[in-house]
Amino acid sequence: MTDSKKLPDKIEESDEGQILFSVPFPVELNEEALQGLKGLRPIIIKQPYSIDYIHSYGQDSPFFAGLASRVLLGCRVPDTGYTYANPRAHDMYTGEPTDWVQLPEEGRIHAFTVCHFGSEEFLPQTPFALVLVEFEGTDTLFLSRLLGVDPHAASLEWIGMPIKARFLRNSKFKPTDVYFVPAA
Amino acid sequence: MRPVYAVSGGLSKFAKARPDKTFQAVVKEAYDYAIEDLGLEFRQFTELVDGSVASYFSDHFARQLMAGIMAQDYLGLCPKPGHRVEGGGATGGICFQEGWKNIASGLMDVCVTYGFETMSHVNTWKGNEFIALASDVSLDYPVGGFYSGYYAMMVTRHMKEFGTTVEQLATVSVKNHINAYHNPYAQKRNRYTIEDVRQAPMVAWPLTRLDICVMSDGAAAVILCSEEGLTKLEAASGRRIPRVKVTGVGRGTDAMRMADRPHQTLEEFLEHNALPHEIDNEETRSYYADLWKRGFRYPGLHSFRAGRMASKMAYEQAGVVDPGAEIDFIELHDAYTSSEIQTYEDMGLCRYGEGGPFATAGTTFVPGIDYGLDLVDTPVCPVNPSGGLIACGHPVGATGLMQAVFAMWQLQGRIEEHFGDSTLQLEGARRGAIHSHAGTGTYVTVSILEAED
Repeated sequence: MTDSKKLPDKIEESDEGQILFSVPFPVELNEEALQGLKGLRPIIIKQPYSIDYIHSYGQDSPFFAGLASRVLLGCRVPDTGYTYANPRAHDMYTGEPTDWVQLPEEGRIHAFTVCHFGSEEFLPQTPFALVLVEFEGTDTLFLSRLLGVDPHAASLEWIGMPIKARFLRNSKFKPTDVYFVPAA
Repeated sequence: MRPVYAVSGGLSKFAKARPDKTFQAVVKEAYDYAIEDLGLEFRQFTELVDGSVASYFSDHFARQLMAGIMAQDYLGLCPKPGHRVEGGGATGGICFQEGWKNIASGLMDVCVTYGFETMSHVNTWKGNEFIALASDVSLDYPVGGFYSGYYAMMVTRHMKEFGTTVEQLATVSVKNHINAYHNPYAQKRNRYTIEDVRQAPMVAWPLTRLDICVMSDGAAAVILCSEEGLTKLEAASGRRIPRVKVTGVGRGTDAMRMADRPHQTLEEFLEHNALPHEIDNEETRSYYADLWKRGFRYPGLHSFRAGRMASKMAYEQAGVVDPGAEIDFIELHDAYTSSEIQTYEDMGLCRYGEGGPFATAGTTFVPGIDYGLDLVDTPVCPVNPSGGLIACGHPVGATGLMQAVFAMWQLQGRIEEHFGDSTLQLEGARRGAIHSHAGTGTYVTVSILEAED
């Protein structure tokens, strides 16, 4: 028999359990029994916690409206021309309000990773690739997902690769409404 | 500002989970140790302490708002003044500096800073999600919120720009784990090789599980005082307390979204961010001019401007001009092997871009330990002699204070007394630095501690 046919040597832990309405406790509380309470193992319970937030994108909302219309928006400072590849209503250097500008749909990979593990919400999506995108004419970067590459063939050669934006047809009003694939 | 002394500290043993006690009782372990180490009774210290600062990062992990006051109450510190601080991974370092402010300003003569985190309340994946909520929840988190992923992107950029290798990253893991082998407070006390690190499961390319710190339950406490406070504590205990003075406190910040960080010119870097020993050295100025010609921009993704500015501020206060030569050791926030390498550069131990080779040279290792590595240089400024976050664990609110405790014990020359092992005691250590770091480099603190006769 080969190793691959063996049963696993460990059962994965889960949060499932029984509902318990009572636990062992001394029937008679004499001094010895009271002392003995300090030697008990802790009671550990499951406390569910879930909430829906009513989250406003506020002044950044046009960015998400843009994604829903297959447009990538950034923000430009009128006086200096400094251009953010992200929504940002006020410039961090002059304090002045910025103007919306349309970003190009093609850029290059500035940095990347392939996540083989992740936060609980994204664990089912692993492996997935994250990229910071640089666009011609912008001064900052844009965080996005990269598709269309082999996640098991990650290479520094990917840095500098031309990539192009793709948009979800059915917008979720999340930054993942846009993602990137190799341009070639 | 009045002189501030760090006089005592305590820790709980950092562990994957501490279901045996609630967070207040775990904090009390660290607190009681610090009091006992001063040679005082609980009631004596309660009478002498003027107030506190509490440190914990996440209300999500605690599943309890106002957890700070619950610890204050359990420690018997009510109704004395106190407040909670929060600043991501740097929460503990910020707490230490807020305690320093209480003393330096003259508000208090004796102040206790304590911190904790109970990360075992959720599974690892949910914990990673909670931590990732410390990224912009509109624009960054939804893309695939995962801090190891964020740091891995910095690594790929560092590797691309400077030729840093994964083996150089792994060397940091080997060093810190082997150091921790001699530290009984550490969560992970294992001897690893570079091969072990590289063969560990890949988490976020190119970072493996052994490039990344672990989640922990734990607590730490540090007692700070003024000269007047020192006199009162010594009168009460009837013994002389070894002097460790806080001679510099620096703090820096940077944009929450890594993507928004600037890509500054050489002139801007030299004007705002360069350290004196870099500006004064013609060869270094020329080295940086070449870097910029090759397309280097600062801080970009590869560097932590907040860490540089925190270092610069702390060095100025402490009179440190050449940090690599004038600091005897550093407890550095190595949440990732890569961030230790990046921080060597921010703290001016080497130049930007040289962190990779610097990590493997030998100067950051503890003398007298066999790491199974071919190290060319002899130790000069050991980094993370305690084992750092990678091996000790990272119960966030306690971490920065843990560094202060280890640094203080080093400078008091009492590592053997507390560890039961003298291997990590650095002979003749007079000046140490502690470095605490949040987010992707958003809040960073650097504090300088010095032994005084």
